[in-house]
Amino acid sequence: MDLATFLIQCLNAVQYGLLLFLIASGLTLIFGIMGVINLAHGSFYMLGAYLAFSIAPWFGTNFIALLVVGTLLAAVFGALLEWAFFSFLYERDHLQQVLMTYALILVFEETRSLLVGNDVHGVQVPPWLAGTLPLGTLMTYPVYRLFASLACVVVGVALHWLVNRTRLGMMIRAGASNREMVRALGIDIRRLYRIVFAGGVALAALAGMIAAPMTSVYPGMGGQVLIVCFVVVVIGGIGSIGGALVASLLVGVVDTFGKVFFAEYSGVGVYLLMAIVLVWRPEGLMRRRF
Amino acid sequence: MFRWWPLPAVVLLAALPALLTPYTSDLVVQVFVLAVFALSLELLVGMTGLVSLGHAAFYGIGAYVAMLASPAAGAGNLLTLLGASVGAAALYALFVGAFSLRTRGVYFIMVTLAFSQMAYFVFHDTGLAGGSDGLFLGKAPTLGPLDTADRRQFYFLALAALAGTYALLTLLRRSRFGHALAGIRVNEQRMRAAGFATTLYKLAAFVIAGALAGLAGCLLALKDGAVNPELLSWHESGAVLLMIILGGVGHLRGAVIGALAFVLLKELYSTPAVVGEFLAGHWPLTLGLTIIAFVAMLPRGLIGLFERRPR
Amino acid sequence: MSALLACFGLTRRFGGLTAVGDVDLTLEPGQLHAVIGTNGAGKSTLVNLLGGELAASGGRIELAGADITAWPQPRRARAGIGRSYQRTTIFPSFSVFENCRLAAQAAHPRPWAFWESAAGCRVSGPVARDALADAGLEAEAGRSAGTLSHGGQRQLEIAMCLATKPRVLLLDEPLAGMGAEETDRMLQLLERLKPAHAILLVEHDMDAVFRVADRVTVMVNGSIIASGTPAAIRTDPAVQFAYLGAEP
Repeated sequence: MDLATFLIQCLNAVQYGLLLFLIASGLTLIFGIMGVINLAHGSFYMLGAYLAFSIAPWFGTNFIALLVVGTLLAAVFGALLEWAFFSFLYERDHLQQVLMTYALILVFEETRSLLVGNDVHGVQVPPWLAGTLPLGTLMTYPVYRLFASLACVVVGVALHWLVNRTRLGMMIRAGASNREMVRALGIDIRRLYRIVFAGGVALAALAGMIAAPMTSVYPGMGGQVLIVCFVVVVIGGIGSIGGALVASLLVGVVDTFGKVFFAEYSGVGVYLLMAIVLVWRPEGLMRRRF
Repeated sequence: MFRWWPLPAVVLLAALPALLTPYTSDLVVQVFVLAVFALSLELLVGMTGLVSLGHAAFYGIGAYVAMLASPAAGAGNLLTLLGASVGAAALYALFVGAFSLRTRGVYFIMVTLAFSQMAYFVFHDTGLAGGSDGLFLGKAPTLGPLDTADRRQFYFLALAALAGTYALLTLLRRSRFGHALAGIRVNEQRMRAAGFATTLYKLAAFVIAGALAGLAGCLLALKDGAVNPELLSWHESGAVLLMIILGGVGHLRGAVIGALAFVLLKELYSTPAVVGEFLAGHWPLTLGLTIIAFVAMLPRGLIGLFERRPR
Repeated sequence: MSALLACFGLTRRFGGLTAVGDVDLTLEPGQLHAVIGTNGAGKSTLVNLLGGELAASGGRIELAGADITAWPQPRRARAGIGRSYQRTTIFPSFSVFENCRLAAQAAHPRPWAFWESAAGCRVSGPVARDALADAGLEAEAGRSAGTLSHGGQRQLEIAMCLATKPRVLLLDEPLAGMGAEETDRMLQLLERLKPAHAILLVEHDMDAVFRVADRVTVMVNGSIIASGTPAAIRTDPAVQFAYLGAEP
């Protein structure tokens, strides 16, 4: 493998990892703070992508506006979903949560099938982000992929600021390490949960919108990404955003380079990584620390 | 009196084929196979308290190995096939269990899911076993005068497998091993403090459950004459969890009842004559809504409807 | 008399916090060694370390001279270290008898004999009955454990500990939440158990401690500040300072 190809694969790995990070950070927060295992999280990614496809005609080339509006819509949807459905899951045991959220996937998939059909769709890369950019004299790299990585970094930084520098973030960190205590302190836990859940949904949907022009929009995308995100959360540690970042990048590297070197067996690579981490740290690399 | 119901039930079921159409008979066999699958998960979830979301991996591996162990030409030996299926499933269960039992609670759920995905990818993406198309059985295996190609004989084979699995789990449940598992389910810490090597007990339960799931998979392969990678998918793992919740976790008969309810529901929801053309084409939607309503209103399963004492 | 259970320099750190720091302790057969201290002194952590639930960050633990520091909890339990918990950890849905029988089964596990019924086990059954008799619970044997009174459940907690036939007893606040009469009964039980066991008693109830203890150790912030006979501890100025915050 020559240097140019290697660098391209590195960039691809980072871009994939950062996208995973957006989705996984929501998943790990929802689990860490509300104690709910949410199998439907991948569906939010899928819904985001289909949403991008659906509203794209109204935004033309104004991609940033599409992302912002889409994210807000997703957040509202998330808040409604939390109020109508998820708030009933907090007191139930894991088995019931698994079943309920599994049923939710069925409902989402079929509803999408009814509303938009099962076809594979494409979302146009906006012209100002199309094409490739020369990086040094060695190679060129798609502008959109750079944009995707950049967007994820911006969101990640905003998330870090939110969690570490605001009052809301303080409550989130407290809730992630001791749910009962936060409740006992009289903090409006219902509002906190709703915000966290809506945020998680918005992040996953945003990831779907960003990914849509690259991976196209297809029915099975939610399921595939969900399980990889579970691996990320296991490796990174439940409730830890930092852990989710490290784990996402690790998974990005293993998956991308795995595809290059091992072709058809590459799907296994990520799970082997998980197995190795489990031998060493059964509770994830960075459990419950932000 | 009520406790001895399995015996007349078996007799009744054995008499059924004479009364049913081939289609219905096949449906009943499907219930038998899924009941064995559900019982194997009940050992894990209901008896030991280990919620696994990757149980379909052992089911699928059992099915695939039954195919792969069949000779290219001629009929294979039924015992060899059964042995290979159960053995392969048990082996993978040993591997998965060794890693996943290092984790607890939600981690365990996610890790078991991930390991079943790993197996899914091996069968789906690689050329090892027919890829996404799956495999087909050449000739059905035999054992002496028993020929599994004969649907009647296969019915009794499946019924015998179900009865045997049920009997084995009943014995396990009242044995020291079973009581230890029950203790681990309620309070593993207490069991360790008393001196039980709880991880070994959990691993043993995991492997036995995997082996029984492999048995169910083998039967499925022989019944349908074909296998495909979706048998290892997490939809299958979700379906079997649904079965034991439908029937009622914590009861062996719950697993059987749940398997029956599941098959009936699927049949019902995909028959246009019952739910109309529109819904029949989108039966997962109806199924999803049913699950939600069911778990919300009947958390103890169908058995919970008949039980008065709290469990 | 040589110590049955002893620890040397036992330490446990949680990140920056030293929960237990450099603790030396011995338990002799026939003696009851009480550990008292203010809240957060590390007493429960000490019990968890000795029992094997927590791994030590430093130091050594010996059982009858053998180094057991690296042994996992089940192994220590089978070697004769029994413990009871501060928060009741019985099996509420099982009968009182089954609670004890299951605990006793750990010494006679026979997990492969799946055709044999557990309830009919001829080894664990009698051991369980003896343990129940010791704890004064034979009359309740058939009851569901969850229906016992709080005091009854604490007694069952001890009975389950006894059912494993331990030589060392690590008791974590067995008197918690008990009334005067139940406390009396429990203390009489401890006196009866003393001759055949080495007992470590973690407790808050000072009167009870001074009634039954042969030796008292006081812990503050993870370290031992005083250790000796009950009479000596009573008058120790460091102990008084720790509890009352002022010179006497």
